[in-house]
Amino acid sequence: MEYLNHNDRVNRFQTYIQQQTNAAPLAVFRIGFGLMMCYGIIRFWAHGWIETQYLEPTFHFSYYGFEWVKPIGNYTYLIFFICGLSAFFVALGLKYRLAIITFFLSFTYIELMDKTTYLNHYYFISILSFLMIFLPANATFSMDNLARKRTFENIPKWTIDAIKLLLGIVYFYAGLAKINSDWLFKAQPLKIWLPSKFDLPIIGETLMHQNWFHFAMSWSGMLYDLCIPFLLLYKKTRIFAFILVVFFHVFTRVLFPIGMFPFVMIVGTLIFFDASFHQKIITLIKNILSKLRMLKTTTLQTFSAYQIRYKSFVISVIIIFFTIQLLLPFRYLLYPGELFWTEQGYRFSWRVMLMEKAGISTFKIVDGKTGNYFYVKNSDFLTERQEKQMSFQPDFILEYAHYLGDTFTKDGHKNVQVYVESYVALNGRLSQLYIDKTVDLYQQKRSFKPKNWILPFNDDIKGF
Amino acid sequence: MAKKIFSIVLLALFIAACSSSDDAVNTDGGGSGTAFDRAGMLRNLADNIIIPSYQNLNSDLGTLVTAKDNFNTTPNQANLDALRSAWFTAYKAWQHVESFNIGQAEQTLYAFQMNTYPVNTTDVENNVASGSYDLTHPNNNDAVGFPALDYMLHGIGATDAEILEKYTTNAEAGKYQAYLSDLVNQMQTLTQAISSDWTVNYRDTFISSTANTATSATNKFINDFIFYYEKGLRANKIGIPAGNFSSTPLPDRVEAFYNQEVSKELALEALNAVQNIFNGTEFGGSANGESFKTYLISLDRTDLANMINNQFNTARGKIQELNANFATQINTDNTKMTEAYDALQAAVVLLKVDMLQAFNISVDYVDADGD
Repeated sequence: MEYLNHNDRVNRFQTYIQQQTNAAPLAVFRIGFGLMMCYGIIRFWAHGWIETQYLEPTFHFSYYGFEWVKPIGNYTYLIFFICGLSAFFVALGLKYRLAIITFFLSFTYIELMDKTTYLNHYYFISILSFLMIFLPANATFSMDNLARKRTFENIPKWTIDAIKLLLGIVYFYAGLAKINSDWLFKAQPLKIWLPSKFDLPIIGETLMHQNWFHFAMSWSGMLYDLCIPFLLLYKKTRIFAFILVVFFHVFTRVLFPIGMFPFVMIVGTLIFFDASFHQKIITLIKNILSKLRMLKTTTLQTFSAYQIRYKSFVISVIIIFFTIQLLLPFRYLLYPGELFWTEQGYRFSWRVMLMEKAGISTFKIVDGKTGNYFYVKNSDFLTERQEKQMSFQPDFILEYAHYLGDTFTKDGHKNVQVYVESYVALNGRLSQLYIDKTVDLYQQKRSFKPKNWILPFNDDIKGF
Repeated sequence: MAKKIFSIVLLALFIAACSSSDDAVNTDGGGSGTAFDRAGMLRNLADNIIIPSYQNLNSDLGTLVTAKDNFNTTPNQANLDALRSAWFTAYKAWQHVESFNIGQAEQTLYAFQMNTYPVNTTDVENNVASGSYDLTHPNNNDAVGFPALDYMLHGIGATDAEILEKYTTNAEAGKYQAYLSDLVNQMQTLTQAISSDWTVNYRDTFISSTANTATSATNKFINDFIFYYEKGLRANKIGIPAGNFSSTPLPDRVEAFYNQEVSKELALEALNAVQNIFNGTEFGGSANGESFKTYLISLDRTDLANMINNQFNTARGKIQELNANFATQINTDNTKMTEAYDALQAAVVLLKVDMLQAFNISVDYVDADGD
């Protein structure tokens, strides 16, 4: 076995950092990303979700430390407008750096406004756009080229690899998370979800309720997630892998209401293809544009290689970014108890489609001195969706308990104590009591510490 | 070459994953070979429960109309007793249809016009006095239906003699008689329309709407059923008067408050109706058809189906321990009321969390990735 001393390793790293590759794949990725995000914002707006998700609720669930990020009334529309517009600028490659920073900030602000709407793929968009701030995605086929009258043929190879790595992490970690006894040996939660798709044409009444089909989907889903990054990396399996990507994401789109995510992933994985493929796409777009007489024929000075400015700073940021990405999903190991049950360390970890969880949480406002109590009607304070999400997530329950405590204290109630009777069912198990009924949640502080008032899970789920 | 092999191995793994899990059908015993017959469930609900329940209510309201006519012609004690008895019979029949907030019943806000309580006696008296009113107007929801009749038949005077006085020698007797008549006729008109809409029109729409979407009849019916159990039965009949949602108990919020003897019987009737729907038991009989229960069994959740029935039975036991008049019970020993509430609430958890999870009723109004 070859032994690399420290200097060798440093040299190898330096060589890798110096390597150049064709700029076309990143440009195509930028265009695809920008257009899809712009469309995503328009779609969200058109569905009226800005109103129902952000303006109608009187109370918003915040991320710990980001309580100051709230919808800002009707100006919330302005944030969405800025977000959609910056996405379009990203697609054009016009003022790219400013556009992608604006997109990252506005999109992340939107996601931080209310954690009820948390989805793994929104988080993916947030961190991907952060990464893209440091990548020269406007090096070629961009409006910036026209403005600056120069274009670049090549960019550092690591910039494209960084996106491949991020996509690879998403898939591989999602696959790791599926290696658990509920997913593999009980086919849960697919066993609950698939039979309810009985109204799909042809397969609805024939496949969806079949036990073997639930297991086949669980196991192939796990294998798919684990293998797909590697199958995409190797040239010989790439076409096969991409067919799988398209099939799998279209299939999940048919089955589940997961919005844009399948298309983002399908377009995103194109980056694994060779530069020649992306050059063809660029040529195609150019042809269309010239037919529409929209192509400016400015003569551009072509440079061979793009030089990253503040290179050592950028490289450090990228290394820290990926270190965090690799470690963060394992933070659940720091908490006691079953991860699916307590959800401590569940988010931001590519744990997708793993749980069918539902609950009822009834809050009891008690006068600590007299013992008089009454129950809260959750619909007085929360939207249907907020109540649903709150009912089985401890951090939501705690935040809401504090809100109720504050609200009723302000209303003139004395010695307010807040208790919850919460029942939660996970992956088809019978519901069980979730939170210690005797703990006054109004006295519990929000923190990253383990929440010892979550009652233990009456079962065992093995795996990642 | 190595890569080719790798992809072949992967394909083989896929196939292996499929074929090896084939065996699981035998070992697991779960996932029955045939899909559940949802249309059959809706057919049973429509033909054996919903339509007969409406027809029964409609016929009882017909009797009520006759009793009212007799009373208005000859307002005496005997006719008052007969009218009250017809009211109570119809009120019990009503308990079997209140949860069907679907089709025309939903469009006409039927339940609001039939059983919004507590009745607003000021509104009733104002309507009587003015003699002109739109009984279908939402502002009049708490001045019409069974609760308004409850007041008109038991509450407008302290004694039966005083009540009869309102319909006979009172200066406004004609107006009281007119309002009484309009109330009863309106209830019958509404019910007649919905009952015949079910038979001639809506039944076929209903039983063919088996999709798993937010607007399909299957999903709406299940959601309405649970909503009714939680609100109409658990909260309105027991929880609110027992003070579960307020600082102090509110005994005047019980159903049929002015009658003072039937709130328990109405609650028990409603619980029976709920349990019959759950089990698919035909109206007025004991034969069981496809239902939520058999749906759960088809999903290997016999345990849950049994728990739900057991919890209904427990709740019934707790309600049976109560005074015939819940208001009396609240004023003497409210703990028993809250115990009955807790027993009903335990079934809410089983229905809303466990049963809905098993059915995986889709609420597809916004993106979700299941985490």
